[in-house]
Amino acid sequence: MSAATPVTAARLSAASPARGASRMWASVSLAVVAIAFLVPLAWLLLAAFDPSATYQTRIPSSLTLDNFAAVLTPQTTFIPIMNSVALAGLTATLTVLASLLAAYPLSRYRSRFHRGFLYAVLFGTCLPITAIMVPVYSVFVFLGLLDSFFGTVLFLTASSLPMAIFMTKNFMDAVPVSLEEAAWIDGASAMKALRTVVVPLMRPGIAVVFVFVFLQAWGNFFVPFVLLFSPEKQPAATSIYTFFGQFGSIAYGQLAAFSILYSLPVIVLYVLASRLIGGSFALAGSVKG
Amino acid sequence: MTRSTTAGSPPPSRRRTGSTTVVRALVRGGPLLPAAILLAVFLIVPILWAFVGSFTNATLTGVTATSPEWVGGANYERLFADPDFSLSLWLTVVFTVASAVIGQNVLGFAIAFAMTRAHRRMAAIGGGVIVLAWVLPEIVAAFVAYAFFSRDGTLNQLLGVVGLAGDNWLFIAPMATIILANVWRGTAFSMLIYRAALAEVPPELIEAAEIDGANAWQRLMRVTLPVLRGTIATTLMLITLQTLSVFTLIYVMTAGGPGNASSTLPVFAYQEAFRFGSVAYGTAIATVMLIIGAVFSLGYIAVLRRAEADR
Repeated sequence: MSAATPVTAARLSAASPARGASRMWASVSLAVVAIAFLVPLAWLLLAAFDPSATYQTRIPSSLTLDNFAAVLTPQTTFIPIMNSVALAGLTATLTVLASLLAAYPLSRYRSRFHRGFLYAVLFGTCLPITAIMVPVYSVFVFLGLLDSFFGTVLFLTASSLPMAIFMTKNFMDAVPVSLEEAAWIDGASAMKALRTVVVPLMRPGIAVVFVFVFLQAWGNFFVPFVLLFSPEKQPAATSIYTFFGQFGSIAYGQLAAFSILYSLPVIVLYVLASRLIGGSFALAGSVKG
Repeated sequence: MTRSTTAGSPPPSRRRTGSTTVVRALVRGGPLLPAAILLAVFLIVPILWAFVGSFTNATLTGVTATSPEWVGGANYERLFADPDFSLSLWLTVVFTVASAVIGQNVLGFAIAFAMTRAHRRMAAIGGGVIVLAWVLPEIVAAFVAYAFFSRDGTLNQLLGVVGLAGDNWLFIAPMATIILANVWRGTAFSMLIYRAALAEVPPELIEAAEIDGANAWQRLMRVTLPVLRGTIATTLMLITLQTLSVFTLIYVMTAGGPGNASSTLPVFAYQEAFRFGSVAYGTAIATVMLIIGAVFSLGYIAVLRRAEADR
């Protein structure tokens, strides 16, 4: 490996073997950590295809799709998954619309009020949402929104707005104002400029915000757990918990199968989103702001 | 608007500019309204409600559910005398420090650092595996962690292979299990941020230190870490806040038990409000959490502002 660079050999001769060794150590330790992180997940994968699964991780004596067949009923999977799609989809749509509108003045006009709003938003991104679930419950009782699907959507929207506004503003800042000025000269209003010039230019950014909010709403357990009661309104996150409570001691394989069905969409979406923005590291960067 | 009407008799020209400024501000700020209303109704009202509700005797059911009475500071008196609360506060600190400040932060940095040196493919695979635990819905991650630590779970199987006796870890060491589970689930976040930040450290700095004869450890301690100071501070704040509000993982794995042995503040507030029906008491706990969260949020914003000023 080091022989490939004979020209700089004089400088590298001392460093190169050490660097090769450190590269190997880094790779080996990464492999060890990766295996440690994978071990708990092995159970999920193996149990889902095991006809007599327990909490033990083991290679199934025979592979079966029975666990999937057993959970693929309207009651267990289709209705909760459709509810999750509706809950997360509506939340992400509303959040993206509201944060596009809010980000426009924040990104384009400088004023003390906007700056204050932005700091309030930043403050909101940090607040522990679990801390307000008890008072949110009381407010929902007061507003008569308890067990309301749309009420839950609105709360999820509000709780994802701070982060979404922040991300959307950052993406919008990257669109040069000069492009809109042309539209303004043509007599377009600010809203028309936003719709026809800015939004088309920040489509990847909007997609990232959408996916980010969708993933959070899809995976959220605590909010629907506190705010929704009716079985027919439950998203997959809470229905799986009931399912586990009822059959926990018997149906490990089905639990694993359902967990996989419920997790696959978010894994696919995550991969798509990180492709869109050029690697998952960039995604974390944009979240960080 | 109020200012222009109460400001005595300003010159007419000034009044006109004043009101056009207000109109312009309203037109420009108009798009903020949908977001502002949602934030006000669903975040600000509950926060104010938390402060007010913690001074009442609201319950989940019964007469006081619909018409609670004002009880002054009674909930807080009870709170500060309640040994379960001090235990819960202490457990929250232990959970946050061990799993976020030490676990996720140090491990996340170590992994990100190793990724910059490892073989490209290994770095990609390792990063992908660690992100997987983070992307999973929290309830699935909680089930997986529960299965891993349960009496006949994977951990005891592995211990059996090396000849050690297993135990019911969720029962005898609940804090250790939820801390490890949270490290497993959350390390990806700090890893991703540190990976992005490490890529931005100017290579000239490292090379200069190398030429000056600094070894790898010295380069890390004296060059890389100081450059990343701001990133480390913001990451620490963010993962602390995230860890403070972990509920599902703990609730599914131990439900705060056995007894109250792993009942951090979010679980404690939930149990008091919804299991024992004392909504007001749960609200008082929520208020304490909000204050702790607010302190960390303000710290986070202060760090960000300083970083912005430095730039």
